[in-house]
Amino acid sequence: MRNESRLAQGLLHKIEELATEETNLMEVCGTHTMAISSSGIRKMIPRTLRLLSGPGCPVCVTPAEDIDWIIEIARLPGVILATFGDMVKVPGSASSLEAEMAKGAEVKVVYSPLDALQIAERNPKRRVCFVGVGFETTSPTVASTILLAKKRGVRNLFIYPGFKLIPPAMGFLSEKKEAKIDGFICPGHVSVIIGSRPYEFIPKRFGIPCVITGFEPLDVLQGIWMLLLQRANNHPRVEIQYRRGVTEEGNPCALASLERVFVRCDSQWRGIGVIPSSGLGLNQEFADYDAKRAFDLPKPKPLEPRGCICGPIMMGLKVPPDCSLFGERCTPQTPVGPCMVSSEGACAAYYKYGET
Amino acid sequence: MCLAIPGRIKRIEGEFGIANFRGVERRIGLMLLPEAKVGDWVLVHAGFAIQRIDQEKAQETLKMLEEVLSYEE
Repeated sequence: MRNESRLAQGLLHKIEELATEETNLMEVCGTHTMAISSSGIRKMIPRTLRLLSGPGCPVCVTPAEDIDWIIEIARLPGVILATFGDMVKVPGSASSLEAEMAKGAEVKVVYSPLDALQIAERNPKRRVCFVGVGFETTSPTVASTILLAKKRGVRNLFIYPGFKLIPPAMGFLSEKKEAKIDGFICPGHVSVIIGSRPYEFIPKRFGIPCVITGFEPLDVLQGIWMLLLQRANNHPRVEIQYRRGVTEEGNPCALASLERVFVRCDSQWRGIGVIPSSGLGLNQEFADYDAKRAFDLPKPKPLEPRGCICGPIMMGLKVPPDCSLFGERCTPQTPVGPCMVSSEGACAAYYKYGET
Repeated sequence: MCLAIPGRIKRIEGEFGIANFRGVERRIGLMLLPEAKVGDWVLVHAGFAIQRIDQEKAQETLKMLEEVLSYEE
């Protein structure tokens, strides 16, 4: 047997030994959602283990209000909107960026915020707005781009700040106790930046085990096993499975750039509500780059799609097949809610890999 | 969205570098990883190197797993 599958078999055996009671493990990372669904892990592990998808997909947790706002910006004459591809199809209250593109809005899909900076430099007479959506993995790349823009004297680049922070959301769900969460599979690449310390309050205050986990099937299985071991030994703490990328202190340079450019703020999570100190906005020094300030638009009044249960799904209270729209009215071709729109949303992952 | 792809740094040009991703070369920002050197394997997210991949730690993790699992076989 190949070494990898032998190790996987060994881990599954260990997991079986420990999975004697109903246990809910939550991941809070779209890349984990995809890794778990595509590798079929959910079907391999004992039935007592439930793997829940938390609010780990940035596109899914961006509120309709933000989408509406971004659409309004894209509609302004002379504006070029630059965004990661994931945002293009997300429905706001009445439209999406894709629909606006069809009507003539100039929307550029970029791979890096550096591409947005380049667009701004090549179009000095146009205002370029970059949609700043993402977690701690992404926000430092935007902070770095803003610092570079400032250094180069670029004044026509603006950032729509929709950044979110993962540990406050985990704290919020742990505190609410609506879903019984017995362990967190912590996000690997968010933790590359923030390290392991920002999670420490979770085992301390709530007694919930945390394991920072990588994205290969073996990583995920080992992460699950480590969580079960913590539970069996009644010793909840933060452990790092993803040692090849994550250290206790994270990436100090990236953390310093966040500190330099952003300030923490309360933030609205789609379907969940306002979570205190869970977002990042531009600080005073970089306020000129703030799209919300530069494009002074009226506050939208968002409408959420009827019947959609993305919120309860991301809070671990429901799974996609519980939704009456799932696979019927709501499919990747005709998505109703954000978890189906985003390729790494829980609903899209369940649908794609037939977990119905 | 937090996908990060491993690449190997081929050249460094100031704050930027050229990294090889399975044969495809791309320019990446090194501002978040100023200690990066030519030859390093790095995780790249949204056009920036965000961390060196620690090969030793990767081997250690696998070895530890091997040991723990073979111990009880």
